[in-house]
Amino acid sequence: MNAAWKNLRADFPILDQQVNGKPLVYLDNAATTQKPSCVIDALTHYYRRDNANVHRGIHTLSMRATDAYEKARERAAKFLNAAEPGEIVFTAGTTDSINLVANAWGDENLKKGDVILLTEMEHHSNMVPWQLLARRTGAKLRYLPIVAGDTGLLDLAQLPKVLTPEVKIFAFIHVSNTLGVINPAAELCAAAKKVGALTVVDAAQSTGHLPLDVRAMGCDFLAVSGHKMCGPTGVGLLYGRKALLDAMPPYRGGGSMISSVDYLESKWAPAPAKFEAGTPNIADVIALARAMDFLDDLGREDIAAHDEKLAALAYARLQAEVPGIRILGPAHHRSGVVSFDLKGVHAHDVVTMADQEGVALRGGHHCNQPLMKKLGLSSTSRASFYLYNTEADIDRLVSTLQKISKFFAG
Amino acid sequence: MHDLTELYQSVILDHNRRPRNYSVLPAANRVGSGNNPMCGDQITVYVKLEGDRIADVSFQGSGCAISQASASLMTLNLKGRTIAEAEAIYAGLHKMVTTGKVAEDDMSDLAALAGVHQFPARIKCATLGWHAALNAAKGDATPVTTERTSD
Ligand SMILES: Cc1ncc(COP(=O)(O)O)c(C=O)c1O
Repeated sequence: MNAAWKNLRADFPILDQQVNGKPLVYLDNAATTQKPSCVIDALTHYYRRDNANVHRGIHTLSMRATDAYEKARERAAKFLNAAEPGEIVFTAGTTDSINLVANAWGDENLKKGDVILLTEMEHHSNMVPWQLLARRTGAKLRYLPIVAGDTGLLDLAQLPKVLTPEVKIFAFIHVSNTLGVINPAAELCAAAKKVGALTVVDAAQSTGHLPLDVRAMGCDFLAVSGHKMCGPTGVGLLYGRKALLDAMPPYRGGGSMISSVDYLESKWAPAPAKFEAGTPNIADVIALARAMDFLDDLGREDIAAHDEKLAALAYARLQAEVPGIRILGPAHHRSGVVSFDLKGVHAHDVVTMADQEGVALRGGHHCNQPLMKKLGLSSTSRASFYLYNTEADIDRLVSTLQKISKFFAG
Repeated sequence: MHDLTELYQSVILDHNRRPRNYSVLPAANRVGSGNNPMCGDQITVYVKLEGDRIADVSFQGSGCAISQASASLMTLNLKGRTIAEAEAIYAGLHKMVTTGKVAEDDMSDLAALAGVHQFPARIKCATLGWHAALNAAKGDATPVTTERTSD
């Protein structure tokens, strides 16, 4: 690990506080990550020095803002190893990106009899837009199942059975926000290509956590949320292969996305501008690019190794030291997401009690109600780790859960 | 864990472990349901209404200790009451879980829920079953839903 890892926690001012009289242990990173000072500074710098509307201005500030905004696109293209900046569409986040594809690509290309393939572990945001699309077009939804038991791994043996030539689009989650499973994205994309299906990868939980190369993965679209990778809320992006973006109709109409407008008819600007109607989220896009610098300074290989080490340690220690715990997801090769069920204690009670100890967890269905049902649970508690978490945080997690389990057993 | 023993009083823990009137009520002529999409809590309340009196009430469902205990306590407190009386009891409970103030007149065992007011995120848990029951008693079959969230 390089020098950027030294004193890392000092880069995150929010971590240095007491919650309910105890030092904060933030373990809700799958919901959103904290922001380093450099990202917060990028935001304030923009508003203090550079703020102006982009694209339409000729004055200095507008050119500065435009320049920073388009540089951010280049930065994002490099971050994902896209072929060119034009393959990056800035959006409000993963949900927005998936809706863009489902609407702009889906309405034009799907018809009755076609199949949309998903997996059983999708977040609601990679399920509901496709349900809406299916309703509009008459296409059918189909699911690649997960194997029985608690590992939550995709049942890849079923893939040939569900990935048939009727499948026109295969949308799947890269890293599960509930199970911590890392899916073999390149393998799934290659299989889809063989039957002529396009792929949409929900990379909300992977982009800031592990090395990601869209060309090596071979995906057609990839959806990202900035706030889950040290960036601001309300911003994200869609990667799309240029030929596909060029062929797609716009999703929303408005300013900035047209080349010419007449009272009855308009001509679209080329992608990606075609998909960025209206004044974009300039400040947050610029700050997101800064978050990418921050992550690359640390090194995404090292971040992934750090996440995995903490998750494995948490898994082993919770299993050994907390009575009545049932941990979901695989024991090894997982992301920093560890969901669990504490026997006889509802997730909501776990989270409330942990909060009293200064430990921030999440309890609920994690936006995956069908998966919970399949696992025979109505909700789970979840600890999710990120680059600033430490082994000491796991000590606190373990002792807190021991206390909770004793309290409810007592 | 000082505050927690206030939230999770022994009465609550006991009702969570052994919920009272936890069954389907075959004689019920009203059924109400509620769910909390945030945490997946789900409850069904069965009411046997005679005139405007709640002759019997039971519930089934899954949820956190607060929601289960509150629903269990509710069945004990609403049985035999008229709808107007039930609404008055609920008004007292609602005031208690939002302000921490226990009404002068007897909130009896319901006072165990007073600690909830210190945990605003949990108020909905304490009121879900009551909403479902009162709606059912008043003949409103619409399922009760609390707020939404995402992660
Ligand atoms: C796997 C996954 N997909 C999609 C989303 C939705 O992301 P957003 O709410 O930022 O659009 C989330 C986060 O909640 C997620 O964890």
